[in-house]
Amino acid sequence: MEILKINHMKKSFGDLNVIKDFSLSVREGEVVSIIGPSGSGKSTILRCAAMLERMDDGDLIYMGEYAAKSDGRVAWYQPGKELKKFHHYFGLVFQNFNLFPHYSVMKNITDAPISVDKVPKEEARQRARALLAQLGLSDKENAYPYQLSGGQQQRVSIARALAMQPKILFFDEPTSALDPELTGEVLKVIKQLAQEKMTMIIVTHEMQFARELSDRIVFMENGVVVQDGTPDEIFNSANERVRDFIGKFNA
Amino acid sequence: MSFGIMLQQLATGMIVTGEIFFLTLLFSLPLGLLIAFGRMAKNPVVRSVAKFYISIMRGTPLMLQLIVVYFAPYYVFNLKIGSAYRMIAVILGFSLNYAAYFAEIYRSGIEAIPVGQHEAAKVLGFTKLQTFVKIILPQVIKRILPPVTNEVITLVKDTSLAFVLAVAEMFTLAKQVAAAQTTVLPLMVAGLFYYIFNLLVAFAMEKLEKKLSYYR
Repeated sequence: MEILKINHMKKSFGDLNVIKDFSLSVREGEVVSIIGPSGSGKSTILRCAAMLERMDDGDLIYMGEYAAKSDGRVAWYQPGKELKKFHHYFGLVFQNFNLFPHYSVMKNITDAPISVDKVPKEEARQRARALLAQLGLSDKENAYPYQLSGGQQQRVSIARALAMQPKILFFDEPTSALDPELTGEVLKVIKQLAQEKMTMIIVTHEMQFARELSDRIVFMENGVVVQDGTPDEIFNSANERVRDFIGKFNA
Repeated sequence: MSFGIMLQQLATGMIVTGEIFFLTLLFSLPLGLLIAFGRMAKNPVVRSVAKFYISIMRGTPLMLQLIVVYFAPYYVFNLKIGSAYRMIAVILGFSLNYAAYFAEIYRSGIEAIPVGQHEAAKVLGFTKLQTFVKIILPQVIKRILPPVTNEVITLVKDTSLAFVLAVAEMFTLAKQVAAAQTTVLPLMVAGLFYYIFNLLVAFAMEKLEKKLSYYR
């Protein structure tokens, strides 16, 4: 089953053509990493998929339903009310966490299920406790974000996204704000999710991690896909640019 | 005149001063938020109107604004002005003026909240209203407490301007008693009153700040 399908996405900011033509399809349980140099449009793809930005042209399809459909020139989005339900299909983990500082860890995780999805309070709390246990944060449910390390904050933000029970989870450079030690604890959690067959798209600069974890890796540059293949294909690429980029990380 | 009788006379003025103070806050704090929204609106007409309003309110004397508010019904609508309107005009004038200052304070607070907070809320499915009420506003309030405290303290002292519309707030009475009895004592008492009033304001706001210091 295809969870997400993007056809011929295009996106400009003013004169800047960020995404020239991008297509991607993600099946249930698949882990796709997007790599490539900074400014290549990786994050923009996630932001368009999460509907924080509107693409100019292309199709955006979740679970076979069109959130936006191209008429050949521009993308037409569903009206606001219809669009709301698509928010249930995905979750997004940000580079700088974006936890709500005035909420405890528990409330960060339970507030959206309770006030958006109308999950009963007790059920939401049980769900949150299970997630916190899974992510190794059981003793932190009453802490506030400022009391946590960056790695703990990022794990809470992963728990917050998972509490909405999304079909697919997007990670936008989830470890770029963390030191190597904290990076490790976050990557461990993402690996664990991959083993549980969570469908994910991960924008990352962690090459070895992408290699170990991904079913597929997409290499992007200047708003286009340079290569889309298995980790082995990408890491033994015939494309000089891809080889060059990956070589720098292995050096 | 004994000290006791003088205090009694001033006390009625203190009540009026308190009324002006609390009613002005009651109306200007929410009105300021509304003006702040106008000031940040996407619509350029709404934005310009709000900007112009703020510039007039901040750029002209409050005393003059009180006079305008008081006489406008007569000069603009040819209505007869009753004496009950004096207090209403004072509250109206103060509220309209202070709302402009509060609007700019709100705006600074709202714009200081990182865009990531809005984005995180949007991805989780919060409506715009939920996002503002649950996520943004509480953080704004924490940030703007110090400048709001400044304005509130200024308001305590500004209440004395109500004398231009012959509303007998405390300072007006103090001046009258001082003139009639040829003593500065009532003015000293008035000064002490404002000082203690503001000590209480500062104390209450500090409490509130402490209460919101559970997060950063």
